[in-house]
Amino acid sequence: MDFKNPEQEIERFQWRLTVAGGAVLCAFFILFARFFWLQVIQHDYYRTRAEDNRISLVPILPNRGLILDRNGVVMARNYSAYTLEITPSRAGDLEKAIDGLAQVIDIQPKDRKRFKKMLEESKNFESLPIRTRLTDEEVAKFIAHRYRFPGVDIKARLFRQYPYIESGSHLLGYIGRINDRDLERIEEKDAETNYRGTEHFGKTGLELKYEFDLHGQTGFEKVEIDAGGRAVRVLSSIPPVSGNNLTLTVDAKLQAVAEQAFGERRGALVAIEPATGGILALVSMPGYDPNMFVDGIDPQNWDALNTSLDKPMVNRALNGTYPPGSTFKPYMALGALEIGKRTPQQTIFDPGSYSFGGHVFRDDKKGGHGTVDMYKSIVQSCDTYYYMLSNDMGIDNIANFMRQFGFGQKTGVDLEDESVGVLPSQEWKRKHFKKAEQQRWFAGETISIGIGQGYNSYTPIQLAQAIATLANDGVMFRPHIVKFITDTRTGTVIPIETVPIKTIPLKPQNIQTIKQAMIGVNQEGTGARAFAGAEYISAGKTGTAQVYSLKGEKYTEGHVNERMRDHALFIAFAPAEQPKIALAILVENGGFGAAAAAPIARQVLDYYLLGKQPKAPAPAAADEGEED
Amino acid sequence: MTVRDLWQRLIAPIDPPLMTMAALLLGYALLVVSSASFERVGAQIINMLVALVVMRLAAQVPPQRLMYFALPIFVGGLLLLVAVALFGDVSKGARRWLNLGFMRIQPSEIMKIAMPLMLAWYFQRHETFLRLREYVVAAILLLAPVALIARQPDLGTAILVLAAGFWVIFLAGLPWKVLAGLALGAVAAAPLAWSMMRDYQRNRILTLLDPEADPLGKGFHIIQSTIAIGSGGILGKGWGQGTQAQLEFIPERHTDFIFAVLSEEFGLIGNTLLLILYAMLIGRGMMIAANAPTLFTRLLAGSITLIFFTYAFVNMGMVSGLLPVVGVPLPFVSYGGTSLTTLFVGIGILMSIHKHRMLVQK
Repeated sequence: MDFKNPEQEIERFQWRLTVAGGAVLCAFFILFARFFWLQVIQHDYYRTRAEDNRISLVPILPNRGLILDRNGVVMARNYSAYTLEITPSRAGDLEKAIDGLAQVIDIQPKDRKRFKKMLEESKNFESLPIRTRLTDEEVAKFIAHRYRFPGVDIKARLFRQYPYIESGSHLLGYIGRINDRDLERIEEKDAETNYRGTEHFGKTGLELKYEFDLHGQTGFEKVEIDAGGRAVRVLSSIPPVSGNNLTLTVDAKLQAVAEQAFGERRGALVAIEPATGGILALVSMPGYDPNMFVDGIDPQNWDALNTSLDKPMVNRALNGTYPPGSTFKPYMALGALEIGKRTPQQTIFDPGSYSFGGHVFRDDKKGGHGTVDMYKSIVQSCDTYYYMLSNDMGIDNIANFMRQFGFGQKTGVDLEDESVGVLPSQEWKRKHFKKAEQQRWFAGETISIGIGQGYNSYTPIQLAQAIATLANDGVMFRPHIVKFITDTRTGTVIPIETVPIKTIPLKPQNIQTIKQAMIGVNQEGTGARAFAGAEYISAGKTGTAQVYSLKGEKYTEGHVNERMRDHALFIAFAPAEQPKIALAILVENGGFGAAAAAPIARQVLDYYLLGKQPKAPAPAAADEGEED
Repeated sequence: MTVRDLWQRLIAPIDPPLMTMAALLLGYALLVVSSASFERVGAQIINMLVALVVMRLAAQVPPQRLMYFALPIFVGGLLLLVAVALFGDVSKGARRWLNLGFMRIQPSEIMKIAMPLMLAWYFQRHETFLRLREYVVAAILLLAPVALIARQPDLGTAILVLAAGFWVIFLAGLPWKVLAGLALGAVAAAPLAWSMMRDYQRNRILTLLDPEADPLGKGFHIIQSTIAIGSGGILGKGWGQGTQAQLEFIPERHTDFIFAVLSEEFGLIGNTLLLILYAMLIGRGMMIAANAPTLFTRLLAGSITLIFFTYAFVNMGMVSGLLPVVGVPLPFVSYGGTSLTTLFVGIGILMSIHKHRMLVQK
């Protein structure tokens, strides 16, 4: 088309070049404007974001407070150990990773099972232990192979340790990995910040009840991190404050003596210092090893604990409820004196049974106890005396009197989930049953209440609180396990209140009458054999509680399934004049209280008052007694 | 012959202003690379020396000689691209490399120079008779290799080659009406392009529009580089003090995202300095183009200069969140030998064109 001359063509090229140059300037101006926007106008925003990127607050866990007995013996402590941990979100194929690890470090099938269980209960980004308590050798071995295992790390951690293993397990409880229920408790306390980084929480016992005292104050480290989340350097830090130590009223050695006295038998024992309400020993047998829970229990052991017929995880002292049997009688007698239904000298005649409303209530002694006054009724444990007394007092008088001693109410001991039990009364029956015909109280139902049977059902700790209150002449304390809390930072001691919660208005001579009778029990009555040759004067009362009622037939131990056998009970305090210790004992399916439970009391009292170490578990007296 | 003579002969083809600008950029680059990745400084110095040697060699090749090479290089490059498509090595999901047995080459890199050479040569041949037909042929010559590169896929290089060719065609005088039509067509074809894009390419565009939608995933690069730039402020945090850079929040911080490091540590001042250096380099290149004696040299010089600009703009635009993320390094600054060598071949050609501007006229 057009033949251009070079001049024209150069001119056109230069024009094009100028346009392009203009475009370059425009583009650079846009870039400059963008930089200005980001670096000047939005600078503060981006500076903050850069800071947020690089700075991370890393929690530093405090040492958990120690638990010490009344003499300073350590019952729960911490030790530091190396664990091998996997962060599932970073480890890729978990099975393969664990198989690989197993070639380097000993990993048992139970470790795998435990890990799997924790995995199900945890979030993906948490690091979970596959092995705990690595030896130095194992640590070195792993470090040499570390590059092969992304998301697997060695960590130094503090572990809880219960040096006495099964001893005091129900008392101390244990800690375990935090679950949703624990998180709710933390939220209720508004303690989320303080629990950042914390992995364990008290699950039962004192570990749960005093969790927030034991935990301590979490420290924080302001750390510069890189994009991978690895710490580069520490910018500043607030050190953690160790948790508070608990000092208990419990005597660890007494606790152990009491547990050993049970031998293989199931049951509970609560021993209280009457003058303070401090618990000296709280036993529930069988126990379990709380150390198993600390690094996560493996499913096999967990199943074993939960399916065992012996129910080792149940704290019988607080959650077992049992009829008190004849240990109820001293309170019945005291009630009769107080409301004037009996005098100590008043006698009844016991022919061996008592008939009421066409029903015959048998006495344990064939042919009866003959002429019985109050003293004899307690010392020999005469049932007929109390069948009659019940009928004379009436159910509501009984209930109103017993309520003062704490029967059928929570004692308020410093442990969680205490059971209430049943203090039977007309009102209780009305509330408890749904059908109208069941809501009515029958006069015949009152008769066996007097010997601690029927609807009566109390926890061992209630029985202990009642006997401690009686020993203390009606001055009642809330039983408690922690004597004082020590603030580890300041050394300040925060004592647990020891003021009485109330004083039951009782006439001193009535109390003396009952105490004398209970001294008689251990000297010439049902407890005499167990307390033969004791170097102190003690007061006690045996009891046998029916588990299964045999209608019309004579109860013979051997014929009944072991778990249908009667429970054996014993309550006692000593020395009788100035009681230093009061206790309640229950031996499940132990048979007669005098034979099974009283010898345990003897060993415990001998140790506590005289420092005598028992040589073997208390004898489970095979001889068939006729008492109770 | 004295040493002095030898030196004179050695530096004879070198254009002092262009060399000064390039040297300043390289100095700046060493400063930034040493902060972003200190252990790579030595390697980068070697890369720079190699690039300078190549530049010196290119600078002494007269433009007439270059014209001879234009067609063979282009055809060779095109064949290599086809070979890549058929036998190339796959790495990171893309087929970009050709294994020759003794070395691996990236033929798309050759195209960055071969394309403007070829088109400039083509327009020179039809100098006296430029009709629409010639532009169509040029467009085909351009789009064939671009399509091959885009298919690898290597969007960054495809865009650079496309830009190189476009600048030649634009400078050659593509009528404004056609340009306007192309622009309209591009807008109209956007939905079609969208449907042809791969998922990851689409994501890059979506990420540009809303990086916070996936802050730890696709948006991570762009969010972190924007934070780095913004937190740098006016004066910057100082050399080696950029937390985003030093704590590895910026991905690819010594290569494609090195601008974020520069920006964080030297601030708006440092950015402006870089823009000025680029502007001066481009200005000198344009002067050379304006004074070039033939259509071939004019087009070649102009397009090479504008490629420098395209490189710089696309990279800074993407790192600062204005453009989608494509694999384009920051010219003269990013760590790496390949693209640096290509850039200095361009500088060498510019120098040669400048040196020989009189000879041709004589």
